[in-house]
Amino acid sequence: MNNKQIRLIREDFPILKEKIYNKDLIYFDNGATTQKPRCVVEKMEEGYYHLNANIHRGVHYLSQKATEAHETARNTVAEFLHAAKREEIIFTRGTTEAINLVATTFGEAFCKDGDEVIVSVMEHHSNIVPWQMLCERKGMKLRIIPMNDNGELKLDEFQQLLNERTKIVSVTHVSNVLGTINPVAEIIKLAHFQNIPVLIDGAQAVPHIPVNVQELDADFYVFSAHKIYGPTGIGALYGKEKWLNAIPPYQGGGEMIQTVTFEKTTYNELPFKFEAGTPDYIGSTAFAEALRYVQKIGLNEIADYEHALLTYGTEKLLEIEGMRIIGTAVNKSSVISFLIGNIHPYDIGMLLDKLGIAVRTGHHCAQPLIDSLGIPGTVRASFAFYNTKEEIDVFIEALKRVVGMLQ
Amino acid sequence: MTINELQDEIIEEFSSLDDWMDKYALLIDLGNSLKPLDEKHKNPQNIIQGCQSRVWLNAELNDGIITYQGESDAVLVKGIVSLLIQVLSGHTPDEILNTELYFVDKIGLKEHLSPTRSNGLLAMIKQMKMYALAFKSANSK
Repeated sequence: MNNKQIRLIREDFPILKEKIYNKDLIYFDNGATTQKPRCVVEKMEEGYYHLNANIHRGVHYLSQKATEAHETARNTVAEFLHAAKREEIIFTRGTTEAINLVATTFGEAFCKDGDEVIVSVMEHHSNIVPWQMLCERKGMKLRIIPMNDNGELKLDEFQQLLNERTKIVSVTHVSNVLGTINPVAEIIKLAHFQNIPVLIDGAQAVPHIPVNVQELDADFYVFSAHKIYGPTGIGALYGKEKWLNAIPPYQGGGEMIQTVTFEKTTYNELPFKFEAGTPDYIGSTAFAEALRYVQKIGLNEIADYEHALLTYGTEKLLEIEGMRIIGTAVNKSSVISFLIGNIHPYDIGMLLDKLGIAVRTGHHCAQPLIDSLGIPGTVRASFAFYNTKEEIDVFIEALKRVVGMLQ
Repeated sequence: MTINELQDEIIEEFSSLDDWMDKYALLIDLGNSLKPLDEKHKNPQNIIQGCQSRVWLNAELNDGIITYQGESDAVLVKGIVSLLIQVLSGHTPDEILNTELYFVDKIGLKEHLSPTRSNGLLAMIKQMKMYALAFKSANSK
């Protein structure tokens, strides 16, 4: 992507023109959430102004239109992930709910006392706690894949963790702290040798790299809309049909039923079996619009451009004395976590904020990872395709000023 | 000086600084010049765990007057800790309990105290008052 294209893309994101404390906003907190292009917000507005009616059972015109929009959105998500069937896409509130859904229902159907779940040391809390809760309920054990000093998972040790008690493996595709792109295809292959299913947390991956769940052979793949330029409060769970049929419903209520009597309820078929209650049909259509938007720009183009930002940002940061980059994997997405000398991340984040620069500081909801590194947290700059090298230059100058004040 | 006079003094000092970065520079100075907390007081009992930074707080009562000591791992937080100590330390439990801390808001540092910041400061203020309450009830027994 060239400068002109980036300028045009930036026009799609009105928030990028905001002034923060009278300074131009530089938004480097894309790992936490991304900004929304005009078309996504307009889709929501259009939904509420012109398409709003409860979906699926209404016989009237608007209800049918809204149903069609919601179900078409499901097709868009299915195509985006290269799922074999549209029924394999379940709308959830986001990544966290999707993982909770699988941990609860898969756990109910297939796990018992003494069984094991494998996660990695670099997981976000949302891919740790649901499994921990399952372990507590069932008397199971959580096993952890360790990593090397660059922040890459040790696959040989992973292999040794796999055994006949292992019921499921759940790992992140891309680390939200380190930026490491994990070799998930290989992880899945190794687990499948022993017939163990794998869930991939794709929250940090889908905005940056093309994903094909069939090629990966993932059993479950989950992500959130808001991290890929879509609305908050909606996300998707991909599950292989055989697994989604094999696990029980998560929540009960409307939508997910076939027939209800006080003696017995029969459940609806996929995907409705997992979508109890009125779905977020406004959110789903805006979610699909966001996916179309990134596809129009091109996921490969986005990956290339963001990689250039990553390389440039890393080089510039390393010019600062005392710079320590946390996460130096060979395969890395556009996330840079760092520390400078003995300065506390909070101090850097607060001062950068006053210069209009939004970065994230702290443990990034990955406390076990931060603890294992023996650090108080990191400062994290995470780039999106609407960021520029010029913004990185401003950020570096600001950082130098801040470090000067703090040292 | 009374607690409110001390608060007003801080407000005046900060209000002379227009630029955010100058205010923060002053806060950093205050943080850096805060007397380090004795290692013996830097124990788990005195820690106030925040999400982003940690604060340690110790309090002692001598002749009816409370002396606070505190520290943090983040220097900006340490700066505010220093201000809180400057304002509250050296007063009686009653004076501390009857105080409304308005200076943090007035000098524009309120964001550091919002619950979402979770930097331990809000909990520290609560803890300072808890100490005052505890000393007061111990005295009245």
